[in-house]
Amino acid sequence: MSAPAVTPAPGRPAVLETPRRRRSSTSTGGNPLLYVAALVVVAATLGPVLYAILGGFRSNAQLAAQPVGLPDPWVVSNYINVLTSGSFWRYAVNSTVIALITTAIVAVFGVMAAYPLARYTFRGRAMLTTVFTMGLLFPLTVAIIPLFLMIRDLNLTNTFWGVALPQAAFSLPMTIVILRPFLMALPKELEEAAMIDGTSRIGFFWRILLPLSGPGLVTVGVLAFVASWNAYLLPLLILSDPATQTLPLGVASFSSEHAQDTAGVLAFTSLAMIPALVFFLAMEKRIVNGLQGAVKG
Amino acid sequence: MIEVADDVTARPTRTDVAATPRDTARAAGGRPGERASVSVEWRKRLEILFFVTPALALFVLFVVTPVVQAVRYSTFKWNGLGPMDNFVGLENYANALRDGVFTDAVMHNLIIIVLSIVIQLPLGLGIALLLNRDLWGRTAMRVIIFVPYVLAEVVAGVVWLMLLQPGGLVDAVFGALGLDGIKQLWLGDPKIALYTVMVVLTWKYLGLAIILFLAGLQGVPTDLYEAAQLDGASWWQVQRRITIPLLGPTIRTWGFLSMIGSLQLFDMVWILTKGGPANSTMTMATYLINQGTNRSLYGYASAVAVLLFIISLVLAALYQYFVLRRDNQDAPKPRKVQR
Repeated sequence: MSAPAVTPAPGRPAVLETPRRRRSSTSTGGNPLLYVAALVVVAATLGPVLYAILGGFRSNAQLAAQPVGLPDPWVVSNYINVLTSGSFWRYAVNSTVIALITTAIVAVFGVMAAYPLARYTFRGRAMLTTVFTMGLLFPLTVAIIPLFLMIRDLNLTNTFWGVALPQAAFSLPMTIVILRPFLMALPKELEEAAMIDGTSRIGFFWRILLPLSGPGLVTVGVLAFVASWNAYLLPLLILSDPATQTLPLGVASFSSEHAQDTAGVLAFTSLAMIPALVFFLAMEKRIVNGLQGAVKG
Repeated sequence: MIEVADDVTARPTRTDVAATPRDTARAAGGRPGERASVSVEWRKRLEILFFVTPALALFVLFVVTPVVQAVRYSTFKWNGLGPMDNFVGLENYANALRDGVFTDAVMHNLIIIVLSIVIQLPLGLGIALLLNRDLWGRTAMRVIIFVPYVLAEVVAGVVWLMLLQPGGLVDAVFGALGLDGIKQLWLGDPKIALYTVMVVLTWKYLGLAIILFLAGLQGVPTDLYEAAQLDGASWWQVQRRITIPLLGPTIRTWGFLSMIGSLQLFDMVWILTKGGPANSTMTMATYLINQGTNRSLYGYASAVAVLLFIISLVLAALYQYFVLRRDNQDAPKPRKVQR
């Protein structure tokens, strides 16, 4: 799984939770053993990533002669080859477009559906909420065979929509489950004030609710974007034409086509990491809060 | 203030009552004229339809329909082309359960579930407690620890494929430590391939456990620590008696997520081994794809998908009943104490 099927606790909007900075009660000072432990953890975590990035700057001969070691001399041809090959950029653009379409659909449809489920009282509201929540139980894997055949019959094979639409649909339950309590938490007086001013419910939605739900939307948007960016199974089945393939598919096929060219594969893979890493560093708070909020009860 | 956009959406429905949004608001405000309230009711229904329909349509088309279809396909012998007319009842299910490769795959999934929790829980808890202390560079470490989780499973898998190849970094590290005897065909030996995959999964997903545990730790009230310290409790005693028990709900929720993830494991295995060697790392999901899209046994693969779902559902229900039930009963949750 790329993003976990999180079961959020109802009634607590993930994003309203501001991380409380708390000084650790036990001041440990400088126990060197703790720093050694921390260093080991950091090395084990970053080691493979650094190995890939540095390995991309070495030649295959260097890698074979000395698996551990710094580039000597530094070889940039691996990276240059990838960056000038065109296919890397095509994969990156495809990934971006598919992730953006998915995110847009999830955010717009998700907040629209969450609004009445959160703030209208009507018969069938509980049932409708349950229908969406039940979606959390069904991973894409279970539906993958019929989805594959359905996309084929809809002539959406090798199109961005063929991947984006099912992805968005499978992200909807999570989105609604996060957004509903978030929208519920906004004070009722807002709505009453708007009504007295003559604003309809739909006007209230566009002018007041949507701007206020910005933080919630960013959280669900980031989660949907990352899930789409990292997705492998669905694109693997839907996108057989290299012209439409995404970065994960590109990385996988490059690594099997150039199995002997370790340095080249490392360079390609390192470059494929960059967008995800940059996005993560920029959005770290959102991603972490989103995941944490989803688990807290 | 006139709501042009809204009037457009609502207009087709208004037959006789010309209720402006202002009227609607007034009616809702407690002076309901008979006709106005009928219109308000209709308007509300239409608004609900307007808001819910796009999401519901997408959901029904791409989630509900394929899931229902999977159940239907599973009772046919079908290669995806031509008419689906060879109804075989439950034969696909029986065949799957008789196939040793599938039952082994189920076993592999169970092994991965258990090992994930057994390995990641103590490791993750230890590192979370470590990062919860006043260490220099703590903030940076919290970011670093999460990096593997953010990478695509495919990207992480390919990097590890390079690390694990004969003569790669892993072998070199063992060599440097004087443990040449340990060198293996890490992914090529059926006896150890599953455990190699397990190591890579631990590397990939430990960060999630740590981040979630750290969030839980923030909810442990500070005054409890202070009280315990005043009573002369050691750091370890505080962790064991206060922190870890209060972290219970977070740990149990993480366990659930970890289990669900392990049951659906596909990407990493597909990249590292494709389920081999000799099916030794086959999971339910890789088996499904093998049978389905690679061999065009769509009916059979659908039966496997349904079995995967049933197994997940049963395990989720058992977990809910035996583990998570305690959280639903415990009324006061630790983090609420702080409020």
